[in-house]
Amino acid sequence: MQTKRMTFSSSWLPYALLAPQVIITLIFFIWPASQALYQSLLRQDIFGLRTEFVWFANFERLFADPLYLNSMKVTFWFSVGTTLLSMSIALLFAVMVNRMIRSRDSYTTFLVWPYAVAPAIAGVLWWFIFNPSIGIMPYVLDGFGYNWNHRSSGTDAMIMVIIAAAWKQISYNFLFFLAGLQSIPHSLIEAAAIDGASRFKRFWTIVFPLLSPITFFLMVVNIVYAMFDTFGVIHATTEGGPSQATNILVYKVYRDGFVNLNLGSSAAQSVILMAIVVALTVAQFRYIERRVNY
Amino acid sequence: MVENNRWGNFFAHLVLIIGVAIVIFPVYVAIIASTHPPGTFIRGVMPLLPGPNALENYKTVIFEGRSRAGTPPISGMLWNSFVMAMAITIGKLSISLLSAFAIVYFRFPFRIFFFWIIFLTLMLPVEVRILPTFQVVADLGMLNSFAGLSIPLIASATATFLFRQFFMTVPEELMEAARVDGAGPMKFFKDILLPLSITNIAALFVIMFIYGWNQYLWPLLITTDPEYYTIVMGIQRMVTGGDSEPLWHLVMATVVLAALPPILVILFMQRLFVKGLTETEK
Repeated sequence: MQTKRMTFSSSWLPYALLAPQVIITLIFFIWPASQALYQSLLRQDIFGLRTEFVWFANFERLFADPLYLNSMKVTFWFSVGTTLLSMSIALLFAVMVNRMIRSRDSYTTFLVWPYAVAPAIAGVLWWFIFNPSIGIMPYVLDGFGYNWNHRSSGTDAMIMVIIAAAWKQISYNFLFFLAGLQSIPHSLIEAAAIDGASRFKRFWTIVFPLLSPITFFLMVVNIVYAMFDTFGVIHATTEGGPSQATNILVYKVYRDGFVNLNLGSSAAQSVILMAIVVALTVAQFRYIERRVNY
Repeated sequence: MVENNRWGNFFAHLVLIIGVAIVIFPVYVAIIASTHPPGTFIRGVMPLLPGPNALENYKTVIFEGRSRAGTPPISGMLWNSFVMAMAITIGKLSISLLSAFAIVYFRFPFRIFFFWIIFLTLMLPVEVRILPTFQVVADLGMLNSFAGLSIPLIASATATFLFRQFFMTVPEELMEAARVDGAGPMKFFKDILLPLSITNIAALFVIMFIYGWNQYLWPLLITTDPEYYTIVMGIQRMVTGGDSEPLWHLVMATVVLAALPPILVILFMQRLFVKGLTETEK
């Protein structure tokens, strides 16, 4: 890693400058993380009196636990649903806005602000719209003969949290897709038009492949978002229910640790989540390494 | 020259207008709901046109709260959120500027090691180390305090990276000139580097403020005293804190007030926001 060619010399100043960040990182990041690693190998009895070193028994129990496996499945569908829904809508919007000349900025303004809405608030907003007794969507769906109830139907609850989580993320994806579209050289598209490619064909054979690096990047970011930042959506609305249908991993860690006080299991779940974040971060950084292609 | 298709343009506008309408819809509904008297919500489907109770509802949530359900007036929560967001933002910016300065402008033993420690924070979001972090904060006696709300969240690898990237593009000559003129490192930092970074700082400020304001899990864990509730987590208490159905008109008024500040920040500083967003993430 580089520095400037010429640097200041001081034996203590750089350490003093780094100190605040490094100390905070050590106390609030590295230390708790290592604690989680350590606790994941321990088991406490219910009263917290005896602690026993059990090696990987907590992990073995987790992977044999149908509730945990279910939570993984739920997380998988939730992330895939949120990512696909919000990315495809955002791509559609970006392609349309990119055609505009005068109205581009006004549409952008109308589409970016949901980024500012906290996930928990996004959850409450959609929860209200989907409220079975007074909400507007169940009323409309009833007209189509569908009886919406996210309090009893797991599928309905899942659809609701996916919509809430995806809604908030549209702005983010939209901005990155729009930036990607604007960096595509216009000459390429003109050349294809001269060769007689239709608008549709130009999109799928030229624009979309050129967007692939940014699509990949957004996919990773969206999966991270769906897995870790959506705690508020779940906690403020379904609380993991009905019958575990929306109990995503992050919410389960919280419940097992804080409500059920199962320290060993919660720590083991934290360790698994850390492994997932590390894998996703590595994937994200590989994107940066080969951002320039074609 | 790409053909300019009139029907295509019409269709694009149509898609966008419907899209914008769908995106705005939830917030529109919330605003409408916050203007109705409580009776409206007992009588079935919620209305789509404003009601007469706006002033009253907002006055209730801001100044009175719902003492029965244990939710304090939200003026206090709004203030807490503001203090927390500002503390996180300013804290993040200052420690990242300092450490990026150290990493770029000095050569010292263990430089790479420290860089990796900072980098690790990227891989450890609060959500994956909930319990042990809570224990640390509890041991330090920082539960129910602004220090506990903000300090554990201010370490930021992304801000440090962004400033490092930016400092690398600052011409070498500036520093040489400063040294020839006899300026020490801190003087160079204060008088040359900081003024040059001002746009980057402003762009990050927007992003960080939104991040801080929208914190949910962390305040939920470490505040048990309503005095320190922040607005975003306070809403959850309102939704589940009551008996059966929440008082929707008051909940929605609170939702509107909780979402408004960060939305206004984005709308008024759109350019900086877009810059901050697209540059920090790369």
